[in-house]
Amino acid sequence: MQIYLPIAEVSVNAFLLLGLGGLVGILSGMFGVGGGFLMTPLLFFIGIPPAVAVATEANQIVASSFSGVLAHFRRKTVDLKMGTVLLIGGLLGAAVGVVLFNYLKALGQVDLLVKLCYVVFLGVIGGMMFIESLNAIRNTKKGKAPKRKKHNWIHGLPFKVRFRTSGLYISVIPPLIVGVCVGILAAIMGVGGGFIMVPAMIYLLGMPTKVVVGTSLFQIIFVTAFTTMLHATTNYTVDIALAVLLLVGGVVGAQIGTRIGVKMKAEQLRILLAMMVLAVCFKLGLDLLLMPSELYSLGKSGGH
Amino acid sequence: MLRWIALLCLLALPASAAEEVVLGLSQDKVAITANFDGSDILIFGAVKREQPIPTDEPLEVIVTVSGPDHPVMVRRKEKKFGIWVNVDSVLVDSAPSFYAVATSNPFKDVLKDVEDLRYRISIKRAIRSVGAAMNIRGAQSFAEAVVRIRKANGLYQILENQVVVDQQTLFRTSIAMPSNLTEGDYATRIFLTRGGKVISVFETNIDVRKVGLERWLYNLSRQQPFVYGLMSLAIAIIAGWGASAAFQMLRRG
Repeated sequence: MQIYLPIAEVSVNAFLLLGLGGLVGILSGMFGVGGGFLMTPLLFFIGIPPAVAVATEANQIVASSFSGVLAHFRRKTVDLKMGTVLLIGGLLGAAVGVVLFNYLKALGQVDLLVKLCYVVFLGVIGGMMFIESLNAIRNTKKGKAPKRKKHNWIHGLPFKVRFRTSGLYISVIPPLIVGVCVGILAAIMGVGGGFIMVPAMIYLLGMPTKVVVGTSLFQIIFVTAFTTMLHATTNYTVDIALAVLLLVGGVVGAQIGTRIGVKMKAEQLRILLAMMVLAVCFKLGLDLLLMPSELYSLGKSGGH
Repeated sequence: MLRWIALLCLLALPASAAEEVVLGLSQDKVAITANFDGSDILIFGAVKREQPIPTDEPLEVIVTVSGPDHPVMVRRKEKKFGIWVNVDSVLVDSAPSFYAVATSNPFKDVLKDVEDLRYRISIKRAIRSVGAAMNIRGAQSFAEAVVRIRKANGLYQILENQVVVDQQTLFRTSIAMPSNLTEGDYATRIFLTRGGKVISVFETNIDVRKVGLERWLYNLSRQQPFVYGLMSLAIAIIAGWGASAAFQMLRRG
C-alpha cells in the first residue's frame, strides 16, 4: 500500500515503514537507544529527503522512548534524579549544538562533518564497549567477581549528591558535562544520543546497566521533543504522516524489545549493542572510502 | 477583462496558422491524495485545418509536460585525504522538477536544432545554467548530472516514437507522472512540426495539487508550525502510552 507523504513529497510503501519502525523499536527497547542512528540512514536509503528524515526521526523517537520508559517505570529502573541532571545538561548542549550546526553549515561541508562524527563516535564507542563486554563475559565464566566500584578523580569533585536508584554518591558535575556533550552531538548528528549516553553512563558514571536504559530513555524523550519543536518551527521538515507510520511500528517494537532486554544478561546486551554500533560505523566508513557510483548529488539551494 | 481578451487574441496569433491543435486531456487536474501513486495522463487531440493536407512533409507532433522550475545546487565528490568529499558545487539556475518529452518519431528527425533552441524543447535546453563558475572544471557536466540523476528517478523522460499520429490529423500519447511529484502548474505544450520546423504551438496547464488531509497537514505545517509541532508530539506521546497500556492489558488478560 503506497502512502504519499505530505511534507516529504514522496510516495512510499506503508508496510515498509511499519516494519522499519518495528525493527528499530525492538532495538530501542532492548538497549535504551532511540534508534535514530539506525533509522536516519535507513530513511535516506528509501528516498526520504535528509532534512525531513532527521526531523521526523526525532518525533518518532519521542514515541518509542515514551513507550519504553513506561515499561521501565513499572520495573522501577529509572533514576529520575540522575535523568533530570542529564536532561538539564542535554538541553543546554542541544541549544549550543544547533548554533554550532548553523555555523558549520555556513562554512560548508556540514554533511562530511556529520558523517565523520558518526564514524568516529560509533567506532570508538562500539570498539570500547565490545572489548569491555567481552572481558566481562570471560571474567564471569572464570568466576571472577566484576570490579565495578572503583574510586577515581571523579569522586573528588564537589556538589556530591546521592542517586539512590543508581546506588551512587557522586558530584553532579560529571553527569552535567556528559549531558552537555551528548546534547551537542545529538543536535549535530540529528539523533537522540542514546548510543553515546548509554556507554557514558556505564563507563564514566559507573551506573548499573539495568538502570541506565530507563534513565537514558527518560532524558531522550525531552531532548528529542525539544529537537522536534525546533525543526517544526524553523525548517518545517517534520512529516507527521511519516512519523505516525514509523511510530506505530516503533511503540509496539519497543514493548517487545523491553521484554527481551529484561531476559538477557547485561554483558550480552552490551556486546550486542556494541556489534550493532560497529556495523553501522563500518557501513558509513565504507561509503566514505569507496568511490561512489554517482559522483554528483542534487540539493536545494538557499535552505528550503 | 477586455485586456485579458486582447491578450488571449495575441497569444492565439500563431494558432491562426494553417494548422492548429484541438486538444483533449484525460484530466487537467492531478489530485495528490494520501494514497497517491503516480498518475497516467492521456493527452490526445486533432489538427484543425482550413485547407487540404500539405503533402510535402509529414506532420509530426511533440508533447512536453514540464513541472515548476527551481534552482538546483549540484555538488561533485572528489577523493581528498583518502575519503570522498563534496568539493565543487554549481548552482543550476533553473531546472524543471519534472519534464517529459514525447515525440512521434526520433527526436532529431522531428525537430531542427534551431527550433529546439528557440522553443526549449529537449531536456538539456529546458535546464538553464548561465551562472556556472568558470573556474570549475567541466561546468557543463553538472547540468548533465541533473539530467542523468532525474532520468534515473523517472522525473525526466524522453519518449521517442510514443506519440501516435493517425491520418496526419489525430494524435495521442500517454505520460506517466511518478509518485514523487511536487505541487504546481505543469505546463503542457504541443508542437506541430513539418520538416523539423515548428508550425503550430498549443499550451495548457495541468494543475497538480495536494487535496484533503495532505493539503490540510501541509498548510498547518507552514502556517502554524508551533501548533503542528505540538500536535506531532501529542500523537507521539499518546501512541507511546497507548502501546504500553495495550501490552500491559495483554499480559494481564
